[in-house]
Order: sequence, then structure tokens, then C-alpha cells
Amino acid sequence: MDHKISRRGFLKGSLAAVGAAGAAALPLPSVARGEAQGELATLIDIRKCIGCEACVEACKEVNEHKFPRPKKPFPTMYPSRVKVSDWSDKQDVTDRLTPYNWLFIQEATVKVKGEEETLTFPRRCMHCQNPPCADLCPWGAARKLKNGITRIDSDICLGGSKCRAVCPWHIPQRQTGVGLYLDLLPSLAGNGVMYKCDRCYDRIEKGALPACIDVCPEKVQKIGPRAQIVREAHEIAKQINGYIYGEKENGGTNTIYVSPVPFEELNRAVEKGPGKPGLDPVKNSMAHADNLAKAMVIAPVAGVAAAVGKFYKTMKGISGEEAGK
Amino acid sequence: MRRTETRGKTKDGRALPWLWGILLGVMAFSGFGQLPIFKRYYISDIPGLAWSADFYLTHRIHYVGAIVLLALAGYVAFDYLLGNRRHVRLTGSGFVRLCLLAGIVITGVFRVLKNLPDVVFSPGFTLVVDISHLGFMMAYLFAALAFLIMGRGWVEQKSF
Repeated sequence: MDHKISRRGFLKGSLAAVGAAGAAALPLPSVARGEAQGELATLIDIRKCIGCEACVEACKEVNEHKFPRPKKPFPTMYPSRVKVSDWSDKQDVTDRLTPYNWLFIQEATVKVKGEEETLTFPRRCMHCQNPPCADLCPWGAARKLKNGITRIDSDICLGGSKCRAVCPWHIPQRQTGVGLYLDLLPSLAGNGVMYKCDRCYDRIEKGALPACIDVCPEKVQKIGPRAQIVREAHEIAKQINGYIYGEKENGGTNTIYVSPVPFEELNRAVEKGPGKPGLDPVKNSMAHADNLAKAMVIAPVAGVAAAVGKFYKTMKGISGEEAGK
Repeated sequence: MRRTETRGKTKDGRALPWLWGILLGVMAFSGFGQLPIFKRYYISDIPGLAWSADFYLTHRIHYVGAIVLLALAGYVAFDYLLGNRRHVRLTGSGFVRLCLLAGIVITGVFRVLKNLPDVVFSPGFTLVVDISHLGFMMAYLFAALAFLIMGRGWVEQKSF
């Protein structure tokens, strides 16, 4: 990893100029622009990442205005089992996801072609195609946008952290003492706001690239229409005899990783825990909803059929009685 | 106060109120289970109720309940149109409940649509649907409780 640290110093300097900010942001490739294109996905080529954290710093800088500014002291929470989640004094933490760090670099020391190597790669929200965080949010605070971004509206979120519980990677992170709950029943309901990567939706709206893609000196990530990104991922995987993660996970995501080593190995090698997601195979969390929705179409028809059957039986009985008289 | 009848004295007339009551209880419990409150307020600590903190399980139960509700709605509506309307009429309290129930079902249908992989609603519409679904359910529960105390049923016998 030594070579990475030295590069990191160099890149940090460069980043000051590049990131000065997203103002000089590279435009979104023309193929990725336009609402008619549908969902946009990102391709992350793990081979290219040098772990410089340029993406992490750019993310922080560009999204700083969206970060929580909690009011202290926090309201007393009832019941006492409800714990505050305060990251406001740890805003510099970059080795995991926090409300102030929506992207971090994960490391995995694995064998690549027989030689031990440390691979690094950016981790953040996967932006699922059918995101359980948005589907199951009871307030509509988490939503999926037409361009494939899943974002949490910090003006509406109450910080119940259901989104984190249902997310297969437990991505969203909570900050107490901020948001709508303070104006409702701060001691009894809610506990702040949940934060996560919104894939720079505001920059994409203006035709710019997400900050992490924009500043990456190694072009680790690219963004484009999902079908094209998936196709490219498969082409790379074929060329390097590699592996893909994110295409099918949780029913499909808009973040596609390509790796020279199996993701099972990477999953074993990465440090996992709160704010540090793994790379497990993930089944479609919302498959049950898709299947049961089909039954909902049939249900009223079955009810009507039962009522018609009862009516027919009754009428048959009446005509039978009349015939017997 | 004149008590009104929920249904006639037929076999399904006796069973339907029970089925409806149980269904309403299941839908209310699994619906409130979609809010992150059962763990916070020790509901899931009650022996035998640990499952209630599993959002996916309560969601599944809510969907199954919705299937039964839609089947029941289809049955009751057509049973009324084909025969019962000659004998019974909807009461005022029944009409109020029917309107609130329609609100629950309509917003619920949109919630189900929203959860399909290829359906994306605007953020504003999503917010309206999510909050109004909860609002209709709360209003229905309060109305049903009030009408239960007042002894007002859904329908009353027509006098000939």
C-alpha cells in the first residue's frame, strides 16, 4: 500500500485544484443526458482504483451543504433504549459511511493471479433498481428517481432508520438532532435524519458528473445508461476473466462493480460492520411484493365469482322451490 | 338509539363481521408495523411478538391481508348488488366507512404499484400517497371505534 500513500499525497494536492470544485465539473456524457434515457448506472472497475480517496474528499466537498447541522442539546429520547446517533464531532471519519461521509474506500487483500495484492474500491449506496429503502419508507422520504437515483429527502425524513434496517447493505446513516422530528414529537417519535449518497442528483440535473466520478484521476468509475454500463461490464469481465457485482444483486442495482477476483473472496477479505457493507450475494428483497401484487389483481375477481356463484345457487334454489309447488 | 345490523342472519352474514374484524386487526397491526415503532416501544419484546420487528415479515402479512380484503370487497359488493340491496340499505355510518375504506384501498393500490420495479412516481405524489394511506387508516379506525360505541352498523334492514 506504500505506493498508494505516496500517490495519495500527490493527488490530494491536485484535488484542491480539480475539486475547487465541481464548478469546472466535466459534463455528463451526452449519451447519459436526457430523461428519455431512463436509468443511469455507474461502472466501477476495481482494477483501476488506487485508493487515493480523491472521490471521498470530492464527495464531502461537493455535498457539504447537504450535511446535517444538528441542534444541541438533543431532545431527551423516550423510552431510554432509543440512543442518539451523533457524528457531528466526528465529521472527519472517512473509513466508513457516516452522515458526513457518503463514500469510503474499502480494502481487500486477496490473491490476484497467485500474488497477494491489496485491492481498493469505492463503496456507497448501490442505488437499487427496486430499492427497499424507498419502497418501505413509511413517509415517502426515501424515493427513487426516474434516472435511477435513490435519495432521501432530509426535509421529510424522521430518522426512524427503517431504511437502514431493510437495506441489504445497511447503507443509510443517522444523525440525531436535525430534521422534521424536532417540530413534531421529538422525544417520542423519530430520531433525526438518515443520510446517504444521492449520486449528486443536483449535479446530474445540471448535466454534470457526480463528484466522485468527476475527480477520479484513474477513471475508476463511469456513468451511462444502465444497459450500456452492463454491456461494458460484461465486456471487461470477459477480457480479464473477471467477475461482476451489482447487476443481479437485490434484483438489480445501478452500481456495477467489475473485479479480477471473485466477490466471495473480496467479501471474505473486507472489514465489515456498521457503516462498512459487505459484498454478499443478495437476493431480491422486494420479490415477495412483486409476486403478491399479481395475486392482488386476481383477488377481487375471485370475490366477485364467489358472490355470483352464491347468487346463482340462491336463484336455482328459488326456481326449484317454485317448480315443486 | 336504533341499532343497525351489519349483515343478515345468513351463514356468511354471521361469518363476515368476524372475518372483517380479524382482517381489520391484522391490517392495522401489520400496517403500524411498517412504522419503526414496535421495537422502540417494546411491542416486539412481548413474548411471541419478536417477529413484529421484522419489517419484511409484517410487509408480507400486510400484502396477504390486502389480498383477502380485495377478495372480500369484491364478494360483498357483488353480493349487495345482486341480492342484498333488496333487503338492506347502507347507513350513514356505513357510507362514511365505505368512503374511508375506498381511500385506504386506492392509496394502497398506488403504494403497491410504487413498489413494483419499473414504476416510479414523482416525489410529491409518493409523499401524498404514503401519508394519505396512513391518514385514511387512522380516520377509519377512529370512525369504526366511534360507530361501534354508538352501535351503528354498516347496513340496516329495509322496511316494507
